[in-house]
Amino acid sequence: MSETSSQTATQTGIDPRGPQFAAALTVVVLILALLLPQPWALLVTVIQTVLFAIGTGLGVQRTPHAWLFKKFVRPRLSAPDELEDPAPPRFAQGVGLVFVLVALVAYVLGATLVAQIALGLALVAAVLNAVFRFCLGCEIYLLIRRFA
Amino acid sequence: MSGTECGFNSPMSTGAWIAVIAVAVALAFGLFRMLSDGRFRGTKELHVPHEVHSPEPHAWDAVIDALGETELGTRATLVQFSSAFCAPCRATRRILSEVAEVVPGVVHLEIDAEHHLALVRRLDILRTPTTLVIDGGGYEIARASGAPRKEQVLSAIPTVDLEA
Repeated sequence: MSETSSQTATQTGIDPRGPQFAAALTVVVLILALLLPQPWALLVTVIQTVLFAIGTGLGVQRTPHAWLFKKFVRPRLSAPDELEDPAPPRFAQGVGLVFVLVALVAYVLGATLVAQIALGLALVAAVLNAVFRFCLGCEIYLLIRRFA
Repeated sequence: MSGTECGFNSPMSTGAWIAVIAVAVALAFGLFRMLSDGRFRGTKELHVPHEVHSPEPHAWDAVIDALGETELGTRATLVQFSSAFCAPCRATRRILSEVAEVVPGVVHLEIDAEHHLALVRRLDILRTPTTLVIDGGGYEIARASGAPRKEQVLSAIPTVDLEA
């Protein structure tokens, strides 16, 4: 027999390969922000900040990444095995937003190394998501709630 | 310094090094997680001999303190900690409830971690999903973090009833 304290699983949600595809694009953008000279590094960081802000504010289904995925990637894939809740990747976009905002402020203040370390931490999370479908931002959530 | 070319005159820029290190760390951590996720490890309570049931609180007491009286499986209780921002929790819920349906004496109990933070601290839960296997006597005998596969769950369930 089974007892669950929260709601039972409903088969609604998003294709888990959507956030994974978005994370792959995020990896490319973050690497560009680390490799390009100024002012391009700052410009790319601004672009990534806007992208994370859209994902956090409107949800991961309404980002440019999601549009590209629906238009060009999903038609080439088979049906997903399982659908996923859009709330975890949306929360992770918010965690990403915090890191790129730190990078943005640091770049503007001339603290290049601080900016690059913040971008590097966001890159770790994006690679984990793109390669392993592992959501680092989501894990941070319980740790914050536990120790806060 | 452009950093996009490597050579004697233009060594890799700091940004390029950070990018390389970040990717390497992520790949190493991801591989480690892929191998360790869902694997049940025996916990300290396993080594407590069952004849010396001391009055010290054990895992099930902690659960009851937090949730009130709940059914304890005669053979095993699979206690799953979940949270709202947790993609693998859904798959874990499906697998554990399937096991509970198929194996007699096994109960699946899902706990929302963020609403029971005192319990989370008491049982030292760091991630969701984390699954505890609690035996018929209320002792935690194994735990796994990350989504387990069905055969991993089945092999973590005790083969004999410990209520005797």
